[in-house]
Amino acid sequence: MREREGEAETGSAQLILGIETSCDETAAAVVADGHDVMSNVVSSQIDIHARYGGVVPEVASRAHVEMMTPVIAQSMVEAGVEPGDLTAIAATVGPGLIGSLLIGVSAAKSLALVWDKPFVAVNHLEAHLYASFLEEPDLELPVVVLLVSGGHTMLVLMEGHGRYRLLGQTLDDAAGEAFDKVARYLGLGYPGGPIIDKMSADGDRDAIAFPRALSKQGYDFSFSGLKTSVVNHVRKNPEASDVDVAASFQEAVVDVLVTKAQRAVRETGAKGLCLAGGVAANSSLRERVVEAAAADGIRAFVPSRSMCTDNAAMVAAAGWWRLHSDGPAGLDHGASSSLRLPTYV
Amino acid sequence: MLVLGIESATAQVGVAIGGHEGVLASAHSARDRRHAESLTPQIEFVCSQARVELSEIGVVAVDVGPGLFTGLRVGIATAMAVAYGLGVPMIGVSSLDLGAFAVEHSRRLIVPCYDARRGEVFTANYRSVPGGVQRLSDPVVCTPDELLASLMAKSEDVLMLGDGAQRHREVFSSISHVEFAGTSLQYPSARSLVDLAHPKALREEFVLPSEIEPLYLRLPDAEINWKTRDGR
Ligand SMILES: [Zn+2]
Repeated sequence: MREREGEAETGSAQLILGIETSCDETAAAVVADGHDVMSNVVSSQIDIHARYGGVVPEVASRAHVEMMTPVIAQSMVEAGVEPGDLTAIAATVGPGLIGSLLIGVSAAKSLALVWDKPFVAVNHLEAHLYASFLEEPDLELPVVVLLVSGGHTMLVLMEGHGRYRLLGQTLDDAAGEAFDKVARYLGLGYPGGPIIDKMSADGDRDAIAFPRALSKQGYDFSFSGLKTSVVNHVRKNPEASDVDVAASFQEAVVDVLVTKAQRAVRETGAKGLCLAGGVAANSSLRERVVEAAAADGIRAFVPSRSMCTDNAAMVAAAGWWRLHSDGPAGLDHGASSSLRLPTYV
Repeated sequence: MLVLGIESATAQVGVAIGGHEGVLASAHSARDRRHAESLTPQIEFVCSQARVELSEIGVVAVDVGPGLFTGLRVGIATAMAVAYGLGVPMIGVSSLDLGAFAVEHSRRLIVPCYDARRGEVFTANYRSVPGGVQRLSDPVVCTPDELLASLMAKSEDVLMLGDGAQRHREVFSSISHVEFAGTSLQYPSARSLVDLAHPKALREEFVLPSEIEPLYLRLPDAEINWKTRDGR
């Protein structure tokens, strides 16, 4: 994929500049034809938010406004493209932190105006679904996508481009949120996901039998009970080893996610199982998804870690599809913190 | 040189374009704080009204605050992207400078005062000087009572303007020699921004987009809490 860098401008490839600022990453990328990543620049604010133990919206917005133009400029330089080479400019318009979203949307619309290019409004959740296409352009549909991040936990049946059925979602905490909360309770720091993932490698995942909220009908998830039992267990067993608690907690989360995803694949007859979202960077979840797909003789699509966490390449990829299906959005488009995935049924 | 001015520090959002002939076209709106929705179409509109191609713009001026954070950043992010997209430099101007400049011929002490919410205002003191206004104090965020005390201590004739002055008019009315500018001056305007930035543009007082810094005057709450925790 990357060996084709810089080549697309000479051909008839359609280049989309994608912009993403929905949470704590300021990102811009240039992607050709919805899958060929020519540049993918991400300026992460993780270090800035770490001391607060979570993303602080006002702090995030301040960092976005500072980084937005340099990040866009770098994505253009790294892709080796001129404004005239672009087909369109796409930006995440929601869901996310409103103050953060508005910065990316404002920058994208301004560039669309001055470079005389269409502006494409992209749904952040849809962008996550398209991360798989960046590495598997010929991915065969329908697929079940397990989208797990700090803000979202959902199972989506993707039947076609722009055709999604929401099978289930979390009723309380998002999976990533559960990792953050447990890490904070154990005094491990922020962000919780990577820390717990790393610690779990040294722990016994079967040490503590934390409850799995699997009894619920359908494909909805619930993680608040699990979080409570971790707290209760540590209170009752103050001598419990941190690595065992971490490993057992992670195992319980992964177990629930994979069990439901596998059931969804079986019941819908999907041809593949995709992972998406920041929590998809978790090594145990990645392994288990691959195993589950192999057991059922279907394909697993596990994007590289940098494509799972928030990035603008996925925004450009989704933007390319949206441009072809819906056309451009108006320059009076705003942002919405609570935007939903466009589903049917 | 043509200056594009972008202003969104208060409840109003506006764009103006102009040069040596003064402001050629402008648009302002102040309804429902739809800054992000309004700004790009306003740029398109003023350029077409002024019959100016975007490529003719020589510099992008922007109000850097102080002001209401979310709207302020929408203007700054927009202005930076326009400047980057056109490959032109920028000029940053404070919202308070714009307010004072709008009454540059007053012989009173000029006190622009914009609503900062949470019972506070953004303000500074200015005086008319040949060719414009001179700022006498650093921009601050303070309560109306604090501003009142500092103005009383000066015992000078005062001209107050801005939505902060309007909102807390009863507080400031206790100064004997205070006059309030009308509601047409309750927000800084993109027209003033172009007027003020044009001479700066001729003197080439430019900055790069990366050098534009919002004037927040307030730390994020989380940072205040973190710093005060355990006496850090
Ligand atoms: Zn995300």
